[in-house]
Amino acid sequence: MKFLCVDCDKQMAFEERQLPGDGTLAATFKCPTCGRVVAMLTNPMETQLVSSLGVEIGGRTVPEQPFETVRKMVSTGREDAFEEGTGDGGRGKGTPAWSMDAEARLARVPNFVRGMVKRIYADYARERGIAEITPAVMDMARAELGLEGM
Amino acid sequence: MAPFRTYHDLTEADRSGLPEQIGAQRRRVAERLAGVGRVIAVMSGKGGVGKSYVTAHLARALSRAGRGVGVLDADLNGPTIPRLLGIDHSPRPTSQAGIAPATGLDGVQCISMAMLLEDGAPLAFKGPAAESFVWRGAMEASALRELLGDVVWGSLDTLLLDLPPGMQRYIELCDILGAPPAVLTVTIPTAESGDAVRRAMRAAVERGSRLLGIVENMTGQGFEGTAGDDLAREFSVPVLARIPWHPTPDTWDRLGGQV
Repeated sequence: MKFLCVDCDKQMAFEERQLPGDGTLAATFKCPTCGRVVAMLTNPMETQLVSSLGVEIGGRTVPEQPFETVRKMVSTGREDAFEEGTGDGGRGKGTPAWSMDAEARLARVPNFVRGMVKRIYADYARERGIAEITPAVMDMARAELGLEGM
Repeated sequence: MAPFRTYHDLTEADRSGLPEQIGAQRRRVAERLAGVGRVIAVMSGKGGVGKSYVTAHLARALSRAGRGVGVLDADLNGPTIPRLLGIDHSPRPTSQAGIAPATGLDGVQCISMAMLLEDGAPLAFKGPAAESFVWRGAMEASALRELLGDVVWGSLDTLLLDLPPGMQRYIELCDILGAPPAVLTVTIPTAESGDAVRRAMRAAVERGSRLLGIVENMTGQGFEGTAGDDLAREFSVPVLARIPWHPTPDTWDRLGGQV
């Protein structure tokens, strides 16, 4: 899917993605010449179709995780299906610590997907030299990486 | 309105890069399977002919013969391979590199949706229930891609893919692999089975798959017919084995020697 500013004959550039939480998706595109911005609004079925391909509108902000689509989208996954390695977001050497508040927030994430989410936050903190993951760090990562729903 | 440029005319860099993301997914599968000597799809156009049973026992026979063997249970909605290989549902060790397959009877490596789902639960997805047929197929294809590309198979001589009845999963597989896999076909002796399996074999030929041969299952009692021989003649492939109702390990070892 591409967007063309007909007046300028220019391909519009992706600007921002939003997931309002109602199953829809909004993405804005801007004409590099005249600055006009348009929003693409997809209904839940269209949003789901994009998700089912395992791709991200606006580009990937985190490397694809093992079984990412299954873990994000399957609703009948067993709680103990995945056993995350201790070096991947746990408390092993070189990994950031988790504050109690952050751990409590993480505990609300379904176990089927929790290990993957934990690794993404840990990688984010490690790459930025953040020693402790707090709810504020999680919010920052969500906004920066576009981790809607995590 | 004057004519304006269309999709393929627009070649500026696109931040979403959706084709590149799809390309990266395909590369991930190819890199993962680089250590696999051959990929064989076990298929049949007919349900209930014993594809999973044949797959599991063939895998065990190959493993007993000293080959490195994995089984990918591609029947996402009715997975049975773990039970046939004596595998329980212990958590799968996971890292950024991927998830580890389970090890079953005779050392066969295995991955199955059964290991990831709640006991007895159907494969269900989050998302809008209305018109779910529109996206469910794509979701299952993505799950299949992850079963192929996100499992640390390591070095294998043979990866057997146990396909569900019908052609949909086979077609998805061809797209994901980028090349059609070799196909081992399972039928029972009846004419009805032959009719359904014939369509599947034709589809496989049209896609460019190499047909390894036919396994005629459940022979000797109950089912009458010559489907195995008929299909073998029609497609110029061998009947690799006729599996009786009560096969012995020798039966499977002989089949393993043919594949």
